Amino acid sequence: MNAPVTFMDWVVFLLKKYGTYFLQGCETTLILALIGTFFGCIIGLLVGVLRTIPKPGRDKNIFIKALYKILQFLLLAYIEIFRGTPMMVQAMVLFYGSMQLFNINMTPLFAGFFVVSVNTGAYMAETVRGGIESVDKGQTEAAEAIGMTHWQTMTSVILPQTFRNILPQIGNNLIINIKDTSVLNVISVTELYFNGKSAAGVYYRYFETYFIISVFYFIMTFICARLLRWIEHKIDGSDYYQLADPMNDPSGTLPDKKKTKGVMRAWLR
Amino acid sequence: MAEMKTQVPILQVKHLSKSFGNHRVLQDIDFATNRQDVICIIGASGSGKSTMLRCINRLEIPTSGEILFNGRNILTSQFNLHTYRAHVGMVFQSFNLFHNMTVLGNCMVGARKVLKKGQEEAYTLAIKYLEKVGMAPYIHAKPAQLSGGQQQRVAIARALVMEPDVLLFDEPTSALDPQMVGEVLEVMRDLAKEGLTMIIVTHEMAFAKDVSTRVIFMDQGIIAEEGTPEMIFDNPQNPRTQEFLSRFIRN
Repeated sequence: MNAPVTFMDWVVFLLKKYGTYFLQGCETTLILALIGTFFGCIIGLLVGVLRTIPKPGRDKNIFIKALYKILQFLLLAYIEIFRGTPMMVQAMVLFYGSMQLFNINMTPLFAGFFVVSVNTGAYMAETVRGGIESVDKGQTEAAEAIGMTHWQTMTSVILPQTFRNILPQIGNNLIINIKDTSVLNVISVTELYFNGKSAAGVYYRYFETYFIISVFYFIMTFICARLLRWIEHKIDGSDYYQLADPMNDPSGTLPDKKKTKGVMRAWLR
Repeated sequence: MAEMKTQVPILQVKHLSKSFGNHRVLQDIDFATNRQDVICIIGASGSGKSTMLRCINRLEIPTSGEILFNGRNILTSQFNLHTYRAHVGMVFQSFNLFHNMTVLGNCMVGARKVLKKGQEEAYTLAIKYLEKVGMAPYIHAKPAQLSGGQQQRVAIARALVMEPDVLLFDEPTSALDPQMVGEVLEVMRDLAKEGLTMIIVTHEMAFAKDVSTRVIFMDQGIIAEEGTPEMIFDNPQNPRTQEFLSRFIRN
């Protein structure tokens, strides 16, 4: 094979030589982003819900009031610290700090999962809080007026609506995570950017290599964006509804039990 | 009427007051509701009608006073609020249907989650009351796909599914276009005929005169006048009532 000369020659050459290596990087990047976003959403949901607990009334005892204050302080501290420092720095502090202070030798990949999840959680917590607060107060009142408990109101009425409202923001976070996991190269997580950097250094072909890498990143984010739009569409359901005649034709009008579980039930119906 | 007097009122409000900060919204409200009463509460905006209604199912917490449901005070901390609310339905001015559910879901969720009924039974109940308000064909529709009048009828069905002892209406037609007011009032008229106990805050004077067993006129946080619809509409005693009603007739 002749030595590559033009830009395209180099691109083809690098793809042939490192294609699988890049794809392995893509795989790590995607897994990091997906799992990190998933756990981040769970953390965010928990923290966000806790942040919307109403302040205890004057009649509650001092212990409950103190507990409430401490909890709110800790939650706010978590959010501010992880939003307020770069993820790259957090990765370094966690990876080297855990080793030096506690003698815990975590793998770079595990540290990566941890940092992405906790970071996403801090952002999602505020998104969830905003989402909950943006649901019309009348929804809560209507749920309470038929006798639902606070927990039932949350799980059947408020959170399903919150989830739908913040879905675009969850998508945003996923896409940001696909790109921003690149900072984890500082703790040698073998994600796409790290693999690209390694490959680029071999032949000193930085432009061609990073061009390929950018295309890979774009393909991943683009597919995820489309998928999320599709999910949003699915949740919204049909624009039309079928008129029914339940008195004469009761078939097929009961909600399907198999696909209706927990919170899911509320928006599938 | 003599034997009606001897029974314990289903709902009795005693010396009820409510303040928001320094602003007194309700002062020393006293009235009783017997079974099968249809009480219409009229009065100008800001007279405390809605706040009073919201106090009855504790969406607002009164500053002082008592509310007795079948003789038991609902404002004590031992009182089970969730069970009580299942017995006292509420229909809101802005419908407040659950946006994440279909019409059927809206009507089943209370029976399933609060009354702990099975899927089949909840479904049967939902259909029964949706049929009553004429919305059964729309079970698959989402609230946003319906007109205001249709939404309010579904909201009434949602409240009826709980088979409440008392149903509270907070200006149920105020958010509706004029041509939709009729369909909602028609449903309420039917319910009144069937003997459902109702407390209705409304600006529909003709309707109030027609269906109510008693009318309460509220003014500046107090009950200014109370009586049969004939007494209030045809021969009001309080000058405030006269003024309020004459303004309505002029309009």
